[in-house]
Amino acid sequence: MNIEKLKSAHKLLSEYKYELGKLEKGYTNRTLYINVSDNTIKEKSVTQLMKDKFIGGKGFGLYYLWNAVTPETKWNDPENEIVIGSGPIGGITQYPGAGKSLVCSLSPLTGMPMDSNVGGYFGPLLKFSGFDALELQGKADKDVIIFIDGNKGTITIEEAPEEAADSHVLGEQLTEMYAENEEDKRNISVVSAGSAANHAYMGLLNFTFYDVRRKQIRLKQAGRGGIGTVFRDKHIKALVVRFAGVKGNLNNPDDQGKINRTGIKLHKEIHDYDAQQCKMRQVGTANIIEVMDQYDLLPTHNYKFGSHLDTFKISSKVFTGMITQNTPDGCWYGCSLSCAKAVDHFELKTGPYKGQKVIVDGPEYENAAGLGSNCGIFDPHAVLELNFYCDTYAIDTISYGTTTAFVMECYENGIINKEITGGLELHFGNADASLEMLHQMSRGEGFGRLVGLGIRNLKRIFAEQYGADPVFLNDIGMEQKGLEFSEYMPKESLAQQGGYGLTNKGPQHDEAWLIFMDMVNNQIPTFEDKAEALHYFPMFRTWFGLNGLCKLPWNDIVPAGNKHTDEPAKIPEHVQNYVDIFNGVTGNNIDKEQLIVQSERVYNFQRIFNIRMGFGKRIHDAIPYRAMGPVTVEEYLSRAERYDGQLKELVGFNPEGKTTEEKIAAMRAYREDQYQKLTDAVYKRRGWTMDGVPTIEHLKSIGMDLPEVLEVVKKHL
Amino acid sequence: MKVLKRKPELCIACHACESACSNTWFKEDNIEKSCIKIKEEEKGNVIVSCTQCGECISVCQVEAITRDKNGIVRINKKACVGCFMCVGFCPELAMFMNDEYIEPFKCVSCGQCVKQCPTGAIYIEEV
Repeated sequence: MNIEKLKSAHKLLSEYKYELGKLEKGYTNRTLYINVSDNTIKEKSVTQLMKDKFIGGKGFGLYYLWNAVTPETKWNDPENEIVIGSGPIGGITQYPGAGKSLVCSLSPLTGMPMDSNVGGYFGPLLKFSGFDALELQGKADKDVIIFIDGNKGTITIEEAPEEAADSHVLGEQLTEMYAENEEDKRNISVVSAGSAANHAYMGLLNFTFYDVRRKQIRLKQAGRGGIGTVFRDKHIKALVVRFAGVKGNLNNPDDQGKINRTGIKLHKEIHDYDAQQCKMRQVGTANIIEVMDQYDLLPTHNYKFGSHLDTFKISSKVFTGMITQNTPDGCWYGCSLSCAKAVDHFELKTGPYKGQKVIVDGPEYENAAGLGSNCGIFDPHAVLELNFYCDTYAIDTISYGTTTAFVMECYENGIINKEITGGLELHFGNADASLEMLHQMSRGEGFGRLVGLGIRNLKRIFAEQYGADPVFLNDIGMEQKGLEFSEYMPKESLAQQGGYGLTNKGPQHDEAWLIFMDMVNNQIPTFEDKAEALHYFPMFRTWFGLNGLCKLPWNDIVPAGNKHTDEPAKIPEHVQNYVDIFNGVTGNNIDKEQLIVQSERVYNFQRIFNIRMGFGKRIHDAIPYRAMGPVTVEEYLSRAERYDGQLKELVGFNPEGKTTEEKIAAMRAYREDQYQKLTDAVYKRRGWTMDGVPTIEHLKSIGMDLPEVLEVVKKHL
Repeated sequence: MKVLKRKPELCIACHACESACSNTWFKEDNIEKSCIKIKEEEKGNVIVSCTQCGECISVCQVEAITRDKNGIVRINKKACVGCFMCVGFCPELAMFMNDEYIEPFKCVSCGQCVKQCPTGAIYIEEV
C-alpha cells in the first residue's frame, strides 16, 4: 500500500479552521455544514428548539433534512442531504451501546426520509471534534474526501482520485494516511461506501473503528435504505475524522457519578447473566438462528416457510466455530455486551479479492437468514463470503438477501429465465449464482445491476418487460414503502405484521419486534393490546436513535428479577437506567413517560415528513400478503394442519371438502381483515386519523405543533 | 509476584487497612477511596481485594490494563477511557470507582495496609 502516492494525488479544494469547543451536558451546541458542490464549509448553532423538540441523533437529522428539501426533491438531487450525528448520550463510555451514529437522507428505495443507525467511532469522534451533527449537501464533480481533524480544528475537502473503491481496502488506506502513527490509528474513523453503491439503490455506508487487538480496521454498517448510494451520487469517497484523547468525561455531563454507577450496574449484569441468556459476548446476534427455526420464524425460500431441515448447517454453533476472536469486542468503548464478531483469515473463493485472506465482520443473524436461509443457501462459507462482499461493496445485506430471495422465486416460477438473468441459474440454494450476481452489482453489469434496484423496481420491470402478473409479484415481493423486509417471518404474528407495516421508514424491526410477546407468549391478545404495544415499543425504540444509543443492551440482557416485574417485556429496570443516564448527561429531569413523549414528537414529525413527500398514509402501510399468510398452494399445504385448524377455530370456515385454493381465499380474507382492524386500533392509539394522519390535537398535546408541521397536516385532514 | 492475601476470620473490622490505603494513594482518609474494602456481614467480615488474577486484562478493550514485570496488574490511566467494564467484570469485585475520578483503581500489593493490620488478617505473600 503506497500511501504517499495516494496522498500526493490529492488536490486540496477547501480548508476551514475552527475553534475547538467544549461539550456541555452532552452537546457541542453546534453542527457542521458542508456543501460539496461549491465546497462551502460552515458552522451552525444548535438552537434550544432543536434540543427541546428533536433531542439529537436522528431527530437532528430529520429536522435538517426537512429544511433542506422540498416535496419535489428526489434522492439524487443535489439538495438532498446526508446528515450524520450521534446524540446527547452518544460518546459516553460507561453505558454499553452508547456510540451509535444516526444517518438520515432521502432514500433511493423509498423516496422518503430514511434513518439508519450504525456503530463504529465516527459519531462520537465527530462530537468530540466539536460537532453534534454533520450535514452533507450538494454534489461534487470528482470524488472527494472530507477530513475533520478534531485536535487541530481543521476541516479539508480534498479531491481523491486514486484510493480504492471498496471499504475494506479504503478504510485501511485512509486510516494509515490520516493517523500520525500506529498509536494514533485508534483515533481515526472512516465513513465510506463501495463499488456497488455506484450502481445499486441499496448502497450502505461503512463506519470504521480501529481494532487495537487485531491492528486492523473493522466495519460497521449503516445498512438500510440506500444512503451509501446517495453518498456515492454526491461523489463523496469518504469522510475521515481524527480525534485523539477520548476519556470518560468528554460529554461534560451533569452527573458523571450517576452515569458511572448505572454503567457499572449493567456491566455486572452482563458479566453475570449474558452467558446464560443471549450469549452476545460469545456468539453475537447469530445466537438466534436455530431459535427462529424452531419457532417457524426463520425466513426460508423468500418467506414461504419459517424453518428448514438444513438450518443446522448454518446454526450459531457452526458460526461460533468460525469466529476466531479470543475476546469479545464492541463497536464503541465500554460496550460490554460486545456483539461485534469477526471471522479472521477468511479465504475468499470468488470475486476480485479471490484467494485473499480477509476479516469478515459478522456473521450477524440478519446475514445468516437473509443471505442464507431465505435464499435456500445453507453453506456457511457462502454466507460469510456474501457477507464480506456485501459489506465491502457497500450493499445492504438485508435488502440484498430479500431481493435475491424474490428473484429466486421468480426464477423458479418461470417469470424470469436464464436469458433474462444472463445465464445466472437463480434457483434457491445456488450460492454461486448469488455471489456472481453480487459481483455484477459491484461492476454495474448484467442482471446484478438490475437486482440492485430493489424489489419495488423489479416488480415493475418484470411486469412491464417480461409480462409477469403484477398481482402475484405484489403478493410475493417482500417490500413495503420500497424497502425490503428484514429477516423474520411475520405470518403467524399479527402484531409483528403491524411491527413491520405500521412503520415510518418501511419494514424493518427496529421499531417493534413483538413476535414472542404476541405469538409465543400470547401477552397481547386483543387489538387494543397489540395497538398499545405498537405505540409503546416504536416510541421507546425511537428514543435510542435520538440519543446515539444501541437497542441491544436494553433487552438482549435482562436483570435477575425482571420476570417478576409488572411489565417484563419493557425491562423496567433498564428503562430507568436510560432515564438516569439521560438526566445524568443533560441535567434534565425527565421520567419514563416524558421519555416516550420525546420520541413521539420525532416519530410524528417523521410520519408527517413522509406525508409531505407524498407518502405516509394508510395506503402506504399495506403489506404484501406473503407477510400475512400463505400465498401459494405449496405454502398452505406445508402447514395445512395449522391453517385448517385456524380456519375452523378462528374464521368459522369448515375446511372439509374444500379445495386448497378455497381455503387460501378464506384465510386471506380473514387475515387481511385482521390487519385492517389492527391498523384502525394502532392509528387510534397513536392519535392519528383513520387515514394515518396525525391530528392537530395530538400534535399539540405532545408539543410537535410547529407551524411548518401543521401546515402539511392541514392539507390532509 | 507479591499478592495481598486474606484471613477474614482474623479481621476485626477496625478499617485501619482502608485508611492506610486511601492515605497512601489519595492522600486522604476516605474508605470510599480505598483499594481494599472490609464488609461487615452477618456471617462474618469479608475482605475484598485484588488477587492479581488478571481477568480484567482481557476485558479492557483499549489494552489499558496490563501485568507489569513483577506480575502486578496495573491500570495505565492515560490509556484508560473510563468505561468501568473492568469494575463490573471483576470476579472479586475488587476494581473500584469513585465519583471524583474517571478511571478505576485497584490494589497493587504495595503492602501499606498490611503494616496497619493489628491481627494479621492481611499479609503479602510471594506466589
